[in-house]
Amino acid sequence: MSTAIVTRSTLLKDLRMEWRSKDAINSMLFFSLLVVVIFSFAFNPTAEESRLIAGGLIWVAFLFAAVVALNQTWARELRNQVLDAYRVSPAPANALFLAKALGNFLFVVVLEVLMAPLFVVFYQLRSVGPVWQLVVIALLGTWALVVNGTFFAALSIRTRSREIMLPLILFPISIPALLAMVDATTSILTGDSSPDFWMKMLLVYDVVFTAVCLMLFESVLNAE
Amino acid sequence: MVKFFGRFAALRGVSAEFAPSKLYVITGDNGAGKSTLLRVISGLAQPSQGSIRLLGAKTAHEVAHRIGYMGHAPLLYDELDGMENLRYFAGLYGLHDDSISRDAMRRVGLEPELERRVGQYSQGMRQRLSLARAVLHNPELILLDEPFSNVDMHSAHDMATILGTVRDQAKTIFVVTHQSALMEEVADEFVHMSAGKIESREPVRARPVAATATGGDE
Amino acid sequence: MKPLSLAFILFTLALLGFSTYQALFVAPTEQTMGDVQRIFYYHVPSAWVAFVCFFVNFVASIAYVLKRSANADALAAASAEVGVVFCTIVLITGPIWARPVWGIWWTWDARLTTTLVLWLIYVSYLILRRFAAGSQTQLLAAVLGIFGFVDVPIVYMSIRWFRTQHPSPVMGGGENSGLDPAMAHAFLWNLLAFTCVGIILIVARYRLQRMENELETEHARLALAGGSR
Repeated sequence: MSTAIVTRSTLLKDLRMEWRSKDAINSMLFFSLLVVVIFSFAFNPTAEESRLIAGGLIWVAFLFAAVVALNQTWARELRNQVLDAYRVSPAPANALFLAKALGNFLFVVVLEVLMAPLFVVFYQLRSVGPVWQLVVIALLGTWALVVNGTFFAALSIRTRSREIMLPLILFPISIPALLAMVDATTSILTGDSSPDFWMKMLLVYDVVFTAVCLMLFESVLNAE
Repeated sequence: MVKFFGRFAALRGVSAEFAPSKLYVITGDNGAGKSTLLRVISGLAQPSQGSIRLLGAKTAHEVAHRIGYMGHAPLLYDELDGMENLRYFAGLYGLHDDSISRDAMRRVGLEPELERRVGQYSQGMRQRLSLARAVLHNPELILLDEPFSNVDMHSAHDMATILGTVRDQAKTIFVVTHQSALMEEVADEFVHMSAGKIESREPVRARPVAATATGGDE
Repeated sequence: MKPLSLAFILFTLALLGFSTYQALFVAPTEQTMGDVQRIFYYHVPSAWVAFVCFFVNFVASIAYVLKRSANADALAAASAEVGVVFCTIVLITGPIWARPVWGIWWTWDARLTTTLVLWLIYVSYLILRRFAAGSQTQLLAAVLGIFGFVDVPIVYMSIRWFRTQHPSPVMGGGENSGLDPAMAHAFLWNLLAFTCVGIILIVARYRLQRMENELETEHARLALAGGSR
């Protein structure tokens, strides 16, 4: 039962289950589409302005959509109390965490890939800076959101009002990552400045919080 | 040991020793602490005070591969079929051979080729698959919480007989049930709980034991 | 109340009186801002005390995760609450100071924004403590306390960088503005006074929490003995 093997089998199981029900991906897609449309009414930008605000809008839309996925993936383990079966087995706690985090990461990345063209169309975006930087920012930033999100989603399944607890405790902690993503995206789209610092900061954020999550997850899992 | 949930004392000073290779049937009213006792033994719950030793270890997690647990809830994924469920759980115990899962399904009377999702199983089938999951990895200590709930009499009798056979293979079994009549044939001891304590223990008179497996480890 | 505690409380009250006198009457009036600048003597010490409180919470949270001691948890709860109170003071005195002086209620400069984020993080901590069900509230809160504090330097660095990219008015005269020695006096007295107030509040809250814990233990003992539910 090495961590890698259990992570892989758990991830594959989750993907298979998601493929059959498509719960998370459907709700995420629809929700972020709604957000994009509503934002279009709220902010009616010209092409120049749109480059300035698109960075913020995109990430807010993805953040809200990600929260939907985060709640779903743990909800699945609470049905039939099937999480008990994992806990009672010798499988390592961190494998479960990594599997859930990676699964969430994949879902949100798929969402981003599907939604990005929509944003480009609605806001008539063209990137002045290099697009590969956008991809790096997207990947680092998504992991930043997802790693803490998965952790706090696990925390909040045991609270009352769990749907509201998750964003409540996740958003403040994620502020630096959000700031980095928004500002970096804006600076790449406008070409005004270099996103280097933000990329490094996101990397630091990712490393620090992944480590903290891995260290603390076992205690959280076995809390009852 | 003592177990609190908030201010509710689910277990109030339980102190007992249980010998191996016996089938213990735990009975009692709702809220007596039966499920809690099982959860504490399995490591799913930690005692608020006191401690446990089992299978030579101080925590259940150290010997998790030797423990099998069947909960009150099915502990199965509704969206997967029987084999997919068992295959996944077998993997958690480091068992990657499909034949193990197939055998387990057959032993509880289910067809491994059945592609129906567990969510569409009947209650009896679900209980049987849950039992299969609990004993998949051939554990020495088996904890079953209400395995017969909502199961038809025929299946229940089958399960009880299976449990007797398993016990004869030198396993220690704890069964929590309201239907003690079912277990009279196979039980070694009845443990009666009430209000968080063990009230009484009645060993069943010795039964003529047919061909006990010597050693019996498989 | 123990005589030592009483003495300390009286001492702090006297100190607070003295430092207020210093701040409002003795310290010289600031050249450009006038009397309103005196809020500085409350604004900055509050920030300092809040930060120390959150640090105490961090240490107590780690202690709880490692040792599961009820006292560590009580200290974590107390320090978070007191920290949020002082943080709120910072966030209120800030705009009160800013409006007459700089004409704006708020600015997203590095320090004020970090304080706001800090406030948000620890308020979410308090909400978690209130809403978590079950006996593991303490562990979950301790975990959140650790996350929150680890985040603080990252928050600060991010916002500072953001502000070098997108400058905006900085309240309180920037990062390295010096302090007139005559003002430093009043400032330090207030710092001391506020720290003492902070200590008293934390100790009081800590004792309250411990009493609550003892009440729980008593209830538990009764439940064990009498079978009450």
